[in-house]
Amino acid sequence: MSRGNQNWLAGAWLFLGTIFSSSAWADTQLNLTEGVTAVSREVYELHMLVLYICTAIGVIVFGAMFWSMIFHRKSKGAKAADFHESTKVEILWTAIPIVILIAMAVPATSTLIDMENNDDSDVTIQITGSQWKWHYKYFDENIEYYSVLSTPREQYENQNGSFNGNGAHKGKNYLLEVDKPLVIPANKKVRFLITSDDVIHSWWVPAFAVKQDANPGFINEAWTNVDKLGIYRGQCAELCGKDHGFMPIVVEVKSPEDYDSWLNEQHQLTAQAADAEQAALSSSMSKEELMQLGEAIYMAHCAACHQPTGLGLPPTFPALKGSAVATQGIIADHISLVLNGKGMMPPFGKQLSLSEIAAVVTYERNSWGNDTGDIVQTSDVKAASEE
Amino acid sequence: MATEIINESLDDAHTDDHHDYKMTGIKRWLYTTNHKDIGTLYLWFAFIMFLTGGALAMVIRAELFQPGLQIVEPDFFNQLTTVHGLIMVFGAIMPAFTGFANWMLPMMIGAPDMALPRMNNWSFWILPFAFAILLSSFFMESGAPNFGWTFYAPLSTTYSNGSTAFFVFAVHIMGISSIMGAINIVVTIMNLRAPGMTYMKMPLFVWTFFITAYLLIAVMPVLAGVVTMLLTDTYFGTSFFDAAGGGDPVMFQHIFWFFGHPEVYIMILPAFGIVSTTIPAFSRKKLFGYSSMVYATSSIALLSFVVWAHHMFTTGMPLFGELFFMYCTMLIAVPTGVKVFNWVATMWRGSLSFETPMLFSIAFVILFTIGGFSGLMLAMTPVDFQYHDTYFVVAHFHYVLVTGSLFSIYAGAYYWLPKWTGHMYNDSLSKWHFWCSLISVNLLFFPMHFLGLAGMPRRIPDYALQFADFNKWVSIGGFAFGLSQLIFLAVVIKCIKGGKKAPAKPWDGAEGLEWTVASPAPYHTFSTPPKID
Repeated sequence: MSRGNQNWLAGAWLFLGTIFSSSAWADTQLNLTEGVTAVSREVYELHMLVLYICTAIGVIVFGAMFWSMIFHRKSKGAKAADFHESTKVEILWTAIPIVILIAMAVPATSTLIDMENNDDSDVTIQITGSQWKWHYKYFDENIEYYSVLSTPREQYENQNGSFNGNGAHKGKNYLLEVDKPLVIPANKKVRFLITSDDVIHSWWVPAFAVKQDANPGFINEAWTNVDKLGIYRGQCAELCGKDHGFMPIVVEVKSPEDYDSWLNEQHQLTAQAADAEQAALSSSMSKEELMQLGEAIYMAHCAACHQPTGLGLPPTFPALKGSAVATQGIIADHISLVLNGKGMMPPFGKQLSLSEIAAVVTYERNSWGNDTGDIVQTSDVKAASEE
Repeated sequence: MATEIINESLDDAHTDDHHDYKMTGIKRWLYTTNHKDIGTLYLWFAFIMFLTGGALAMVIRAELFQPGLQIVEPDFFNQLTTVHGLIMVFGAIMPAFTGFANWMLPMMIGAPDMALPRMNNWSFWILPFAFAILLSSFFMESGAPNFGWTFYAPLSTTYSNGSTAFFVFAVHIMGISSIMGAINIVVTIMNLRAPGMTYMKMPLFVWTFFITAYLLIAVMPVLAGVVTMLLTDTYFGTSFFDAAGGGDPVMFQHIFWFFGHPEVYIMILPAFGIVSTTIPAFSRKKLFGYSSMVYATSSIALLSFVVWAHHMFTTGMPLFGELFFMYCTMLIAVPTGVKVFNWVATMWRGSLSFETPMLFSIAFVILFTIGGFSGLMLAMTPVDFQYHDTYFVVAHFHYVLVTGSLFSIYAGAYYWLPKWTGHMYNDSLSKWHFWCSLISVNLLFFPMHFLGLAGMPRRIPDYALQFADFNKWVSIGGFAFGLSQLIFLAVVIKCIKGGKKAPAKPWDGAEGLEWTVASPAPYHTFSTPPKID
């Protein structure tokens, strides 16, 4: 073997090596998940049943083809037979598939009837999709919150790193992690009422075999009953715009006792937040505090469209840097825009607290070269919201 | 189907003298009403669009080579997937089949030309404008359409960027072109068959185009309707798809898929026609079960009107609706199975040889059937809840459209290239094209099944780490497949420029009237119809 050949081979091995070594193949999943509910296991069984049937048919049909290709070759002196019609055979290979299809349709029908039975639920949660986050609202509990992607922007924008290998380190649950997961109790029938604030989204958790579209203006139902504690991850399944790939779903399944204590904790947090809001109304925050909180809020809620640089993605998402609203107009209009939204921009009045809005407006008026020097306090936002 | 031809060569010599006048240069192509010229235009246009759509796919695969955002912004990524889909469906596959129809139908039924030649010219020449409008939106401030080729409302209405109107008018023009092309096919087949060629004596190729043309006439107006509603929702304040005004976004999907499902058969029935021509030719045996093939094709066409909502199982349909659409969809497996079994029976105890058209045809049957299997899996509503909108679906429709429709187009192109150009194609280069395509296309699309089952949603510019390995393979397969198609370009150019002179009938097992005329086919053929027994 010549030296050139050896070099070539070494190169090829190196290439294959980099393909294989970059991440652990052991983590790579080949098949559908069995999931953690009775329904998801039924769905898995059904999937395997159809897969086996298709494989068997494939072996027979492709086997016959390969048999002809090997043994009925002209180059081997095969002479063509001249049959070209048989009603009997046609009826046979119409009838047999029908029988197989019925055998598949029966279990599929019973699983489907099961999946669509939304009666007698123990817990009901309203899920609302919006660009690009999920909102969870517990019925009869006065608990509601948004759930937003928590993977840091540096990781998916590959900042501080180059294209290959040495790019930003990506965490284990890259793009599948959120700030506040949905929490549900195990071994209870949990009903989901799914809708949307803007475009169509689709709420999907593979481990539950639940995928249901969130249609604006309509409410869809789905349910699950999980029998294994743990954290389960999914993603939005319906194209919903720019950040469709960045609105994951995380569900934490707790034992009924832990779930109850979690509920209590949430009630306390809600009460505390209300107190803090009241306190904030009568006090004022320093500019540093406002800017710090404002930056955090901006990055979590505003940067997807208006970008961390404030430059936006015109013409769809306008720049804030140097914009009339954030530098020239009266502050009340700026606050009102954030509170009530406009066109594609969602109203943040129900997503953020009054002090958070105060902070983010302050931040927007004093960042990226915007130097109004304005300070917006919680009471200002309160005043604007009451107009 | 025994055919006896009136002395054709004498007849041709006669017509050549008097009627073979063509304009020169660009005018020949702009003003032509000749079915062969228009067929050539369609085929070249389709190939150029195929390379354009393929270039977009290359960028998509480059972005997905690794986790993280490297090359394109998410919004531009959505523009790429949208325009890739639109171009491949409306710009590549459909015009390629119309090209085949133009070239072959008149020759196969013994007609002098298409029945409506001036309309034929127009239906081709509006197409480049449609795609110029669509592609020009890439260079506008708003960017190209970014809502997926299925353009679901309200993402495509209230939440769309500024290019929606361009998209709508482009689709309107494509639709007008398709409807005119389809009317031409129907009128030609009904009126211009040679004496003695009854419907059940037509080649199966003709039958599949006949049925496809009816599907087009039925559903293209539905597409025109839905894009018009989209337009008025976006710009004129109507609320067809907006719940706030009493509309329903899910109604959009019903109307779209009432067009969209027959549309997928529009892209596969002609493929059935092509391989039903090539497989008997290279098996040297008549097509098995001709009449059952005709009935199976018709059944598939009829069933295609009652299965549309299987694309929408997760939209919140009532149980009864889900069951109805599941059963009807599963039923399609029956006539489709009949077709596959008939092809296998045609090969069975034949005398097989493996010229390039046959290689593509065999690959078609196997890989299209794999796409059919995943289709059957997707038909099962409970499991579809898991598969829907994942890469499993992406794998499924690329198996039926790339290794299905596209491979049949290659089979047909190699089969008739000698008739079109008068030269044999370069055999070894064509084999390179086949084997490179076959290996790379499976590396490209097969792992997508695994990605989908593992939970990777479609239409995302970045993905979780457990999907990284397969995506790398898929991208490598994609680049290899893209490059392999350039081999085809080289084969065709070489074949037009020269090569071994092709006889009138280069394939000893081939049947049909097109082989009774010289190669290359004279500019005018069958000025006097042949007589069929």
